Amino acid sequence: MSHNLYLYPKFIRLWHFINAVMFLLLIVTGLSMQYTAPDSPLIRFDIAVKLHDIGGITVSINYLLFLMGNMVTDNGKYYRIQAKGFTTELKGQFRYYIWGIFKGEAPPYPISKDRKFNPLQKLSYVLVMYMGMPVIILTGLALFFPQVFDLLGLGSLIVADVIHVLMGIVLTMFMLIHLYFSTFGRTMFSNFKSIISGWHESSQAPG
Amino acid sequence: MKNPALFKISILDDNLHFARVMIPLLFLLAGTAPINAQEGEPTGQRTTEGETVEKKFTNKEENALCLKCHANKYVRFTPEGSDQPYIFKMYSDCIIDTTKYYASNHWNFKCVDCHSSDYETYPHLAGLRFEYMATCLDCHGDDPEYAKFHFEKIQEQYEASVHFSKYSNEISCWSCHNSHYYKINARNRDQDIKMTIAYDNAICLGCHANTDNFEMIAERLNPDVTTTHEWLPNQANHFKSVRCIECHAEINDTLLVAHKILPKEQAVKKCVECHSSDSRLKASLYKYQLEEGASLVKDDMIGDAVLIGSRRSTTVNLLSNILILATVLGILGHWSLRIITRKKTKP
Repeated sequence: MSHNLYLYPKFIRLWHFINAVMFLLLIVTGLSMQYTAPDSPLIRFDIAVKLHDIGGITVSINYLLFLMGNMVTDNGKYYRIQAKGFTTELKGQFRYYIWGIFKGEAPPYPISKDRKFNPLQKLSYVLVMYMGMPVIILTGLALFFPQVFDLLGLGSLIVADVIHVLMGIVLTMFMLIHLYFSTFGRTMFSNFKSIISGWHESSQAPG
Repeated sequence: MKNPALFKISILDDNLHFARVMIPLLFLLAGTAPINAQEGEPTGQRTTEGETVEKKFTNKEENALCLKCHANKYVRFTPEGSDQPYIFKMYSDCIIDTTKYYASNHWNFKCVDCHSSDYETYPHLAGLRFEYMATCLDCHGDDPEYAKFHFEKIQEQYEASVHFSKYSNEISCWSCHNSHYYKINARNRDQDIKMTIAYDNAICLGCHANTDNFEMIAERLNPDVTTTHEWLPNQANHFKSVRCIECHAEINDTLLVAHKILPKEQAVKKCVECHSSDSRLKASLYKYQLEEGASLVKDDMIGDAVLIGSRRSTTVNLLSNILILATVLGILGHWSLRIITRKKTKP
């Protein structure tokens, strides 16, 4: 029996949609610029640069909205980790992914109104949103405004460049895993439908 | 011929004092070692081969006779048999910065090695203004000692350039390379590449950003380089990070510095010419570093330049590939197991 929960209000869906599209744009244009070749460009270099700039600025503004939204609404509670018992919860979730899921076990921490993310999801989102995103945005700004970076005397731009590229790879990994884990819903596509409709479909009773 | 020493020529003391204080101070601020031109003491200088050679300024005393006037902005001259001194300004193009001259590659020359010995007479004869100015090949042509600099090839490339085809009468070696201060630049391994770029671009901008110099040669209005390069993203950064010749000269395998300046219609405008793994900068700006085999270059990184699309650290690339491959394989493996076990666990 499935239960429907209205988990994703319009503004979250819109925010998520913008982030998703811009992330894809940034990955494709980023790879195109990094591996550009005169004869076979994935996207023409100058166009890739412009699109990457647009994507970067949009994601940065979206990130500021995320920070402000978490301050003024109760959405921030989903990103707060309670140290007590969290390691056990992580172990439980991890065990489920590498063992339980293959045995047909039920998820140990099913989604509910109060627990939108399972422990592993929560940890990865916190790391991405509070560490990965600031790093990639700040290094991106350094590359976007190299003169300001020079003036501030923040050292060599190469360091910012290499960190930006590596963080881009890490966030691409996150994106791939995020997409894959989205297939863990009641059906393969139910979570994708949820983020469009706002209604989460679960085979579990609300916890 | 009159001996110039007979003339009572005095230099304005204030001016000399200012120069004595300010020139070493400016060099100190610029972080470079000044050549003590005033005192004439031998000073060490590194060659392109990295050796340090001692300079013996044997021509200083003789040159000082000229530089008494030509190293200063003002000259006070009292003609023989007169008590009336004349004070006049030295024409700016005739003022020699002795510090720069003795730090240049031609530091060991006497003034009269290149200029007519008739200049030893003062006041100078008016006709001397039209003396023939030797070019690079006049001294360096067919000289095995300078073979590695390929002066003949430079001349050949210059004669194929737009500067020669349009202004062969107006432009010579010295139009771009200051005869008194010429100093080896691209081969200077001690120099930060930004200094090499700034030095080189200053040569072009000496005319292309200087209305008087440009219009004197071209007899037309000087287009503003910032306007003509408006299409170039991050213009200021490009100007600081690459030389004009990167896009405006044809790369030559023999020459370290390209001398065939192309008509503006043939200038490089495609970003990927530089921003790609096959960057033309490797055959131009970074050619010398690549030949030298700098450690970062071995990793296919170019100096400390951030050149998107061209700089590829093999370490970063390998790490990126491993991370992405591991992720994809992990997902595929997990997915496969889910599909297999789903069939088994299905009631």
